[in-house]
Amino acid sequence: MLAKRIIPCLDVTDGRVVKGINFLELRDAGDPVEIAKRYDDQGADELTFLDITASSDNRGLILHIIEKVASQVFIPLTVGGGVREVEDVRRLLNAGADKVSINTTAVLNPQMVQDAASRFGTQCIVVAIDAKKVDNQPFEWEVFTHGGRKATGLDAVKWAEYMAQLGAGELLITSMDRDGTKIGFNNPLNRAISNAVDVPIIASGGVGNLQHLVDGVNEGGADAVLAASIFHYGEYTVKQAKEYMQKNGIEVRL
Amino acid sequence: MLEWQTHENSSMKKIDIAVVDYGMGNLRSVSKALEHVAPNKNVLVTSNPVEIANAERIVFPGQGAMPDCIRELDARGLRNSVMHAANNKPFLGICIGLQMLFEHSEEGDAAGLGLFKGSVKRFAATEMHDENGAKLKVPHMGWNQVYQNQQSEAHALWNNIEDGARFYYVHSYYVQPDDARIVGAYSEYPKRFTSAIARDNLFAVQFHPEKSATAGLQMLSNFVNWLP
Repeated sequence: MLAKRIIPCLDVTDGRVVKGINFLELRDAGDPVEIAKRYDDQGADELTFLDITASSDNRGLILHIIEKVASQVFIPLTVGGGVREVEDVRRLLNAGADKVSINTTAVLNPQMVQDAASRFGTQCIVVAIDAKKVDNQPFEWEVFTHGGRKATGLDAVKWAEYMAQLGAGELLITSMDRDGTKIGFNNPLNRAISNAVDVPIIASGGVGNLQHLVDGVNEGGADAVLAASIFHYGEYTVKQAKEYMQKNGIEVRL
Repeated sequence: MLEWQTHENSSMKKIDIAVVDYGMGNLRSVSKALEHVAPNKNVLVTSNPVEIANAERIVFPGQGAMPDCIRELDARGLRNSVMHAANNKPFLGICIGLQMLFEHSEEGDAAGLGLFKGSVKRFAATEMHDENGAKLKVPHMGWNQVYQNQQSEAHALWNNIEDGARFYYVHSYYVQPDDARIVGAYSEYPKRFTSAIARDNLFAVQFHPEKSATAGLQMLSNFVNWLP
């Protein structure tokens, strides 16, 4: 049967992979190709690169990283961050990305999701949804953009359904409440979205231990789980995570 | 002078592997993986019928929707080149490059190249559940086991690949050949579907060997060395 996927996420700024420490201090984490290879060796099912470069001048640097990684690591690569136009998608795919993740632009210009999906195929379009629990709306979780700073008034579950309709082949759901907390995924949010759409969902935000990965699949209905810090700081290897999931009855690629 | 010579040499150079480019999607992953397993071979991404005719081996990939792929293939006048290669030289179809070889696809109710009898069907998302009752998603995306359908003797493309090894998939449609003898492998989602076909000089797979880590690279390496 199909295995649940584990996806390490690497943050990239100004062409270097960095580790954030409580969102304040960014440290150089080394050579992107070496890090990607290490995760590949550990059995990562895919890799996600998130471009967090602040200045648009240096945004093109991610292309060089993807080119280098793609010629040495032969598992699916997803790239997100700062994708604004169909042309950005084309550039990333040409550099060697297999999927491109679209976040803020999907909200500002949903047509771009449809255009990119019809031009390159739904298989390479991931829509990233940042959601937060709210009290002031007739729904439970609201979509936020600009790294969680701007509320949109959109119901995250309805938004997910709409994005899948427009051609997203996969949805990356990040809980803004959980991101960085290490208390586990927001499983009710993920479950609500997973039940509402036919496309696979990736759970993100909040992983602190291996049981959280298991819960993300069993309780949240996630098809894939994404994590950054538990792997970057060497707390666990991807292999250990997979062994733990397997022990708990989850199908994984080992 | 030197520049002219280099140019002339490169256009005269023997083409070991041609990756057929008909404008649908990104072929970089496929060509990079081939270059990785065969550093001494000349791998060319091309939409030129002459180069396809001259190449020793053909890789026929495909992404996106099958009706668009057929349309773009015809727009570049590549149908005959692909058909000729599929009947005559080592040929590897990948993903839509497998689906296009059949007569018909449910996707856009489109006609395929018709090299094989049978059709391309969509996974019915609403009816699909795993053994625990959990909903199965469409596209079928991720790593699934591939069970080799070994007939009388082992096929060279499975050399050093374990039966049941996992390969990376991303697709919503699958092929259903009329002739069971061409089935080279199957996977389950949740029912059995054909994940590879094999006949004479042709091998075609639904999964992506170029994205399937060690097992995938092994398959590409097997293809590069295959003498059908």
